[in-house]
Amino acid sequence: MINHIDLSTVLRRTVCDLYSDLVTRPTGAAVRDGIEKQLSELGDRSLTVIDFSHVGLLDYSCADEIVAKLLMRYAEASAPRDAYFLFRGVSDSHLDAIETVLERHGLAIVAQAEDGTVVLVGTVDDPERRAWEAMLRMGRAMADDLAREAEIAPEQMERVIGALCRRRLAMELDGGYVVVGAVT
Amino acid sequence: MTSVINLPPSLDERTFETVLEHLAPIPIDEKVILDGRHTRWASPYGLTALLTVAQTRAEKPTLVSPESEETGSYWARTGFFKHAEELFEMHGSTHRARASGESDVLLEITPVGKSEDVHEVVSRIQQKSASILVKELNIDAKATMGFAMTLSEACQNIVEHAGRGGWVAVQTYRWQKRLGRRVVVIAVCDAGVGFRQSLESAQGRRMSDRWDDGMALEEAVIRGVSRFRDPGRGQGLAGVRRYIGRWDGKLSVRSGTARIAIVPSWDEDVPLEEKLPPFPGAQMQITIPERITDR
Repeated sequence: MINHIDLSTVLRRTVCDLYSDLVTRPTGAAVRDGIEKQLSELGDRSLTVIDFSHVGLLDYSCADEIVAKLLMRYAEASAPRDAYFLFRGVSDSHLDAIETVLERHGLAIVAQAEDGTVVLVGTVDDPERRAWEAMLRMGRAMADDLAREAEIAPEQMERVIGALCRRRLAMELDGGYVVVGAVT
Repeated sequence: MTSVINLPPSLDERTFETVLEHLAPIPIDEKVILDGRHTRWASPYGLTALLTVAQTRAEKPTLVSPESEETGSYWARTGFFKHAEELFEMHGSTHRARASGESDVLLEITPVGKSEDVHEVVSRIQQKSASILVKELNIDAKATMGFAMTLSEACQNIVEHAGRGGWVAVQTYRWQKRLGRRVVVIAVCDAGVGFRQSLESAQGRRMSDRWDDGMALEEAVIRGVSRFRDPGRGQGLAGVRRYIGRWDGKLSVRSGTARIAIVPSWDEDVPLEEKLPPFPGAQMQITIPERITDR
């Protein structure tokens, strides 16, 4: 099931109905709580579009509270559910803050551009990027096919796919693997 | 006993040190008169730091306002008197704001103590700054968001670390003598716990033998260390540093007895000054110069 969360709506509902900027840590923490409440109403497995389209300013502190902490929580083995995220409506100024916090924590996200194409943002190593791009080209694919496409040894590909799924950048679907955002 | 301190004719980050030198030996419960009659000009730093001085005194200080109508009018336009009347016993002329073409107050002196104040500051600066930054300082339109982010992070330093409220002000003016260009200046001043004490409050933190205000500033401003163990902390000042680096700006932070600066090529400041007169809290100034474009 694909869920959609408009961050400006969450901001107005959880913090103040006059705000359009995502600034300060307390604001970020309140918005993240709002997101998690919505996630808790979904099933055990979900894909959620986090939409920045109507957000004015995003500062580093808020990006850290919302994007980085959300990802870290759901990338842990103890995550409350199997949740994946696609980030949409990210402007250049949002990206500045988001990239900074992702690099700080060694994280990455999948962002969707206006034309629907998806890109990786943040910290990914070369095999992860090659595998992810191969997955994007192929659509749903099996590990062996991905290994051939990305020119990565099959035994290494298992590990790389595991990392991509754990990092919420790809997901298992019907026995194969797809990049997050390929199935919206 | 009452001590009189004459404010310098030009009250800015540098000359304010003379005020602090005179202030340092005076016990906080002793009456102080700050005489600003002959002050002709004040930067946002000078004005916000003046308010901060009043916050540090147990005995309400007296402020004698400038004799110059032009200076007083400018101070009024910055909103200074509105706050000063609560913190000082005011003497001298009562000034009213008049329009002026030479300086632009982008953000009146605004109290900052909680997260909501930062939202208010960011919202107001975005409405007012975009066209001025682009038209007068030749700063890329996209960078105006970065400017607001920088302001947000600078203000959050008060909310997260100071332990008491502070002040922020933003202004543009022509920096004729030093640079011959327009600049936009952000001043954020508080009289809170300061960087050293904030970092000392971190659980399990080990202090080196050399631990002092200068080292605390180096840790926080240069290395992004925070009192919180959360690895995501410390990004705010790092973001401020990146922004000023991108726009050839200057950052200086004073706390306790030290002052650290990220110095661009157009300035001759020193990177670290120590053994300054002690003063509580943290006082930050960010200066972004007009961008020179090929015409």
